[in-house]
Amino acid sequence: MNGENKQLTISNPFLPEPARIVRTYYLTEDVKFFQVRVVDMDKALSFKYCPGQFAMISVVGAGEAPFSISSTPSRPGLLEFCIRKVGGVTNALFRMKENDLIGIRGPYGNGFPVERMRDKDILIVVGGLGTAPLRSVLLYCLDNRDQFRRVSLLHGAKRPSEMIFREEFFALKEREDLECHLAVDGDDTGTWTENIGVVTTLFPKLKEIDPSSTYALVCGPPVMYKFVIKEFVKLNIPKDQILMTLERRMKCGVGKCGHCAIDYIYTCLDGPVFTYWDVIHMRELI
Amino acid sequence: MRIIKLKKDNLFPFLEIISEEADLWAPVKKGDKHAFTIIDDLSKIELETTRTIIPPKKIFTPPTFSMFSISDKGYKEDFSHITKKILFGIHPCDIHGLLTLDSFFKQAYLDPYYLEARKNTLILGLSCWPDEYCFAKSTHTHVIEEGFDLFFTDLKDFFLVWIGSSQGDDLIRLKPELFDEGLKDQDIQTYINWQAERDNAYKWNIKFIALPDLMELKYRDPLWEKLGDACLACGSCSNVCPTCNCYNIMDKQFLGGKDGKIIRHWDACTLEEYSEVAGGENFRKKRSDRLKLWYTHKLQAYISKYGKPSCVGCGRCIATCPVDINVRTVGQALLGEKPDAFWARFNKEVTK
Repeated sequence: MNGENKQLTISNPFLPEPARIVRTYYLTEDVKFFQVRVVDMDKALSFKYCPGQFAMISVVGAGEAPFSISSTPSRPGLLEFCIRKVGGVTNALFRMKENDLIGIRGPYGNGFPVERMRDKDILIVVGGLGTAPLRSVLLYCLDNRDQFRRVSLLHGAKRPSEMIFREEFFALKEREDLECHLAVDGDDTGTWTENIGVVTTLFPKLKEIDPSSTYALVCGPPVMYKFVIKEFVKLNIPKDQILMTLERRMKCGVGKCGHCAIDYIYTCLDGPVFTYWDVIHMRELI
Repeated sequence: MRIIKLKKDNLFPFLEIISEEADLWAPVKKGDKHAFTIIDDLSKIELETTRTIIPPKKIFTPPTFSMFSISDKGYKEDFSHITKKILFGIHPCDIHGLLTLDSFFKQAYLDPYYLEARKNTLILGLSCWPDEYCFAKSTHTHVIEEGFDLFFTDLKDFFLVWIGSSQGDDLIRLKPELFDEGLKDQDIQTYINWQAERDNAYKWNIKFIALPDLMELKYRDPLWEKLGDACLACGSCSNVCPTCNCYNIMDKQFLGGKDGKIIRHWDACTLEEYSEVAGGENFRKKRSDRLKLWYTHKLQAYISKYGKPSCVGCGRCIATCPVDINVRTVGQALLGEKPDAFWARFNKEVTK
């Protein structure tokens, strides 16, 4: 038995990096926006991610949970998240104020294949909190507008009061290089000026698309995928160009704890972005 | 690999010497079964055991341990559960189990807790004799060529000792006079006879190579609903499986709220809350769905991904499951070998 040295020689992938909440405010009654900066400036700038990836956020005493990154890597330094209050960790996050410290590690997951999406038409369909990961890819496309062809957004929310990033999306509507259609399932305020109906009712409003060179992205509540994908298929978009990002329970983010396992893959390593082809040939995805 | 000889009487003197180098762990009697434990009295070590209740994974990824201690200064890595150990008496199938865990914990991201514990533990394997539950020959894990520092084959009057690593050699060198370098033809013949006899002692087998396709073809077979109705969702199969490695992580705060620990503990995919996300959505609410995940992983996913099942044929699930759902019964059911009497029993349990 040689070697008394018990020092670790490999870095610990479970060790969270301290990060400060720069800005936080309510987007809706139960969804809050968090802008976060990793305290160590070098690490903040080297936190390189791809739209569609996620991070593990921890609050001491409450635990750790996975969250989609809502900001775009084209604006480095700050990370943004929109978070719904649903459990222990999110409850603790909602109690935190600007300047408070949280833990963060990542980025994890595969993210969207932005390289393959270059010079293609991008069609983004979101419902409710599904905006969280897709805002990242939308802003990325807009920040690198010349690298993509047509960019279209179909956005659905239950009610006007539940629409997150409301001002931001209404401002996007004014852009000429983006086709943007907004809808709510029902208007209880009487002030909604856009479409009323579920998000799939927006499809007829889309200008004609070129399916073979279109990447179609969808994220929303579990019930939404089936219906939206049906529309994509009707438009003849190839199965491996239909992309979705999925939610699973994750405790580690690094392919070890097992909770996000589906068949032989781990959502945290091989997902959370999957194609419609993956859904067809793998079980249990949607 | 160098092979030397050790007289039976010299084993305990050898164990005594090496136990001064590190904590010695070995199987001892626990009720009518056996368990790996730290040895303070060498006479308690059992040489002729079958499977221990819990496989040796418990030493490398303990049922519960602290990953970090938390204070107002932040997170501090906690490796206090890792000590230098020598693990004696581990059978070939369990060494294969560790090799499977190795490839898992090394893929994509390295797991420092598992790998540190591995680095600090020497593996002294010991040959075994199959009982009615063993089927390691079906998974070809009844023999072992790597993954140990020393391996002892028990040939009644003496041991043949394989020296598998430089650290294993260091142990021998602590008292080389206990060992005998010169093997006689007769010793070799004894080994050949023993090997043939042991090979024949495996009484049944499962055709694992057929199972990935059958998992796919029978994914919607009613057999899963029957098994799901009988399953107690207790998680015992995962606890005793040498390759099950799922875990949960939770924060534990001490009184006062300032200090605490991040605790990692075993989890099992057969438990209801395993796939539940915040807000209550559960992707595998049904027991049959959770059983399918367990068996997909063991019998299909690993074979497609690594070319071998993540089952090592130890028979622990057979010895443990209270309702007889295990790799043998599920494997045989998939292969269509299960007699009607078996299903009659499950049907009865469903209607109860």
